[in-house]
Order: sequence, then C-alpha cells, then structure tokens
Amino acid sequence: MRNDINEAHDAEEDISSSGSDESKKRKVVVPGEVIVSGEDYLPGEGAKRLGENIISIRFGLAEELGRVIKVIPIFGAFVPRRNNVIIGRVTDITFYGWLLDIDSASSAFLPIEESPRFVNKNEMEQFLAIGDVVSAKIWSVKSKGIDLTLKGKGLGKLEGGFIFRVIPSRVPRVIGREGSMINLIKDKTGCQITVGQNGWIWIKGDNVDAEIKARKAIEFVTDKVHIEGLTDKVEKWFEENK
Amino acid sequence: MAKEKESSFKRSDGRKLNEMRPMIAKVGIIPNADGSAMFTFGNTIAIAAVYGPRKLHPQHMQNPQKAVLRCNYDLLSFSVSDRKKPGPSRRSQEISKVTEWALSPALDLNSFPNTVVDVQIYILQADAGTRTAGINAASLALAHAGIPMRDLICSVAVGKLDKNLVVDLTKEEEDFEEGEGATDFAMAKIANSDEFTLMQLDGKIQPEVINEVTKLATEACKQIYEVQKKALKDVVESNGGKK
Repeated sequence: MRNDINEAHDAEEDISSSGSDESKKRKVVVPGEVIVSGEDYLPGEGAKRLGENIISIRFGLAEELGRVIKVIPIFGAFVPRRNNVIIGRVTDITFYGWLLDIDSASSAFLPIEESPRFVNKNEMEQFLAIGDVVSAKIWSVKSKGIDLTLKGKGLGKLEGGFIFRVIPSRVPRVIGREGSMINLIKDKTGCQITVGQNGWIWIKGDNVDAEIKARKAIEFVTDKVHIEGLTDKVEKWFEENK
Repeated sequence: MAKEKESSFKRSDGRKLNEMRPMIAKVGIIPNADGSAMFTFGNTIAIAAVYGPRKLHPQHMQNPQKAVLRCNYDLLSFSVSDRKKPGPSRRSQEISKVTEWALSPALDLNSFPNTVVDVQIYILQADAGTRTAGINAASLALAHAGIPMRDLICSVAVGKLDKNLVVDLTKEEEDFEEGEGATDFAMAKIANSDEFTLMQLDGKIQPEVINEVTKLATEACKQIYEVQKKALKDVVESNGGKK
C-alpha cells in the first residue's frame, strides 16, 4: 500500500479525536489569550510563559498533555518539517536532480542520488518528467531550501488518479489516529489514497464515482474543525450517502 | 469640570463622547487567502487578506533571520464619493508603512527565514478611521493565517472636537470647524499590554490631555478586542472556514 508511512508517523500529531480520552481538553484560543495560569504548567509548541500565565501565540486549539500546553493551528500555510511525507509536482530538471513545487515557502530539491534506483543523468526525464506528481519525504529543511528523498516505503511517482488540496493543518484529521480515518475511507470507497502533509491528496480508484465519493468524504472531514468522535460521524456519512 | 462639558456637547450622530460606532468583525471571508478578515466601524469597511509565509522575490529583499512583513493598504475607487484614482498614492503608501510598523511588534516571524508575509488591506467604504479599521482587520487576518503572534492588535482613533475628547471619529466630525477645530489621533495598541504601536496625530492637541487620550483609547481597545476575539472563535464554530 502506498501511504503506510504517512499514517505511522503522524499518529502522534493527530488532532482528531476518534476515541478521545478525558484528559485531553481542547479549547479555541486566540493569540495573547491566557490558556492556564499557574507554575505547574509548561509551554509547548504555540504557547509561551508570561509571568504566571501560559499564553497562546497562535490561533488554534489548545491542548493539555499532562503538564505541557500546546496550541495546534487550524488555518494557515504549510510549514515543512523533517520526515514529513509530501506530494509535489516536478517543475524543473537540473543536472543534479529535480525541482519540485510542494506548496511551501522554500523550493524543494530531489537529488538524483535519492531516487530509489539508478537513473542515468542523460535520461532523467524518463524517470520523472516536468509535471509528474510524486510523493516524497522531506530529508532536511534548511534556510535556503528543502531536500527530498524517494527512498522509503510507499514513496515514488503517482500515476493516474487526481490530486486536490485541503488546508494543511487539517491533514492529521484526515489521517486519523493511527490511520483510522483514512483506512475507513479507503475501505468504503476502494480507492488508493495518498495524503501529503502539505495538504495535497492523491486519489485513484476503479471508477470516477468512487474517486469523487472519497474526495467528498475527505472534504467532509476537513470541514469539521473540532468535533469529537469524527470517525463514527464519517461512518454514518457513508451510510447516508450510499 | 469635564463632566459639565460632556453634557453640553452633542455629537452629530448622537453618540456619547466615549461611544464607538457599531463594530462588525468577520473572519475567513476570502477562501483563496491563507488568512482573511473584515472589520467595520459604522460605515467604514476594511477587508484584509494574508498570504504566506511564502518565498520572497526579489531575493535581495530576503532576510535570513526572519520573515519580512509586507503590507499594502489602499482605498478602492468607489469607497469615497469622489472617485479615487486607483493605484498607490502618497497617502496610501504612508499608511501601508505605518500599518506594517503597527503590526510587526506583535508578530514572531523568526521561524520563517527568507520568506514574506503579505498583508493586503482594502477599504470598501470610507467614513474616517480607515487605517484603524484596516489594522484591526489585518490583525485578525494574521491570526487566522496561523502566524505566531504574541497578541492581537487593536486600533482606534481618538479625536478632539473643539475642547471635547471623543472616540472613533466619523468623516463629518473630522471636518468639524468650530472653536479649536478637529483633531484626529489614530492609535494602535497591543491588546493585553500597555504598549502602543501606532500614534499618528493630525491637528493640534495640548500635551496635558495626551494621558486622557490614551485612557480613552485603552477603553475603546478593550471593546475592539472582545469583538475580534468573538469573530475568531465564531469561525471555528460555524463551518471551520472552508478553503
């Protein structure tokens, strides 16, 4: 299967709450808002300490993980991180590799050495031509650019099907806890789906109807920002939209 | 003494001296942008869209330490009764620049080197206080775009009509000519702190009353902050700001 990788490494970033446990309380916070006060807490990502209080520095959902408070943004552009699996489109071929558009601030480069098999430098377009869509993993993020790799399970050129975009910060919801959400959608529609952390989603199914249904299911998920028990809701949605 | 004056002076639209025009704030109005918002003061309507962080061209403008904030403010040609010629003017360039300065102290752009955050502010309808409405909208749009910021920015103008200090002037009041005439004092403030990030004075004012002016602005900013906060929370409640 194509996207085993996405599912595994994103389970921890999961903001959906399929089978939510009581200790995780979420609330919407705006920048500068006091989330909790007291010396017992530690500011995590998206939060900082100001005197007695932990304040949010982003607009999003505040979450308590033990003593750590973090804020997960619900809108905004993709910020690349190491080990993210993304979907990109080839925009240029250079002597040393391919340049990819991955919808982020800096350009992404896929060196020829990082392709899974040997590629002749004179025949690079036979492996990846301009306009081809690939799923790749971010190998490093530097201030001047992003390096990608194709070495890994489930990575490589995506052929057929179509891609569309969702808000990048909603991707963890689409995947669900340990891939529960995306597996459900795959099961119900019988499509192959690859979800990139940059918000690009690739779908390929046996027929157009199944593909469109999968896309609608994913859009149904991304529209629900902070609803608990979303996997059950999607299951119900499939019942209603047979 | 001040109380007596308050009772004798009437504002043209019947508001109290420290009363603001009705405010409306909406977030997520432009689906294509990474963040967007609308803010209105009575008849003044401002919209703001945020794009980025994205790659900055030309490259020589890039800052390897942090993202660059780039604001663009303009009136739409139909926003005023005499058609405004489209394109940048001396006035709109100045306001773009002061808006940038008013917003940047609240932003934390260190995690996005070599990039730019673009903020576009357009005034759909102008009835004085356009730069303040624009800053309020831009602050909301930046928060909506998920840009790290330590607080929201609230902005309001305090004016002096003859000898009376009033909050949130209309165009009619700005043209007030009796007595000492009209003074327009636009201010922006970090919401949960006493730091001011914009102070622009147009007209004359006695140094002694500046304290009074900042107090009025602080009070008004509290109301603005509540409106902004509600707008941001509402967008999550409603549909989640469909892209």
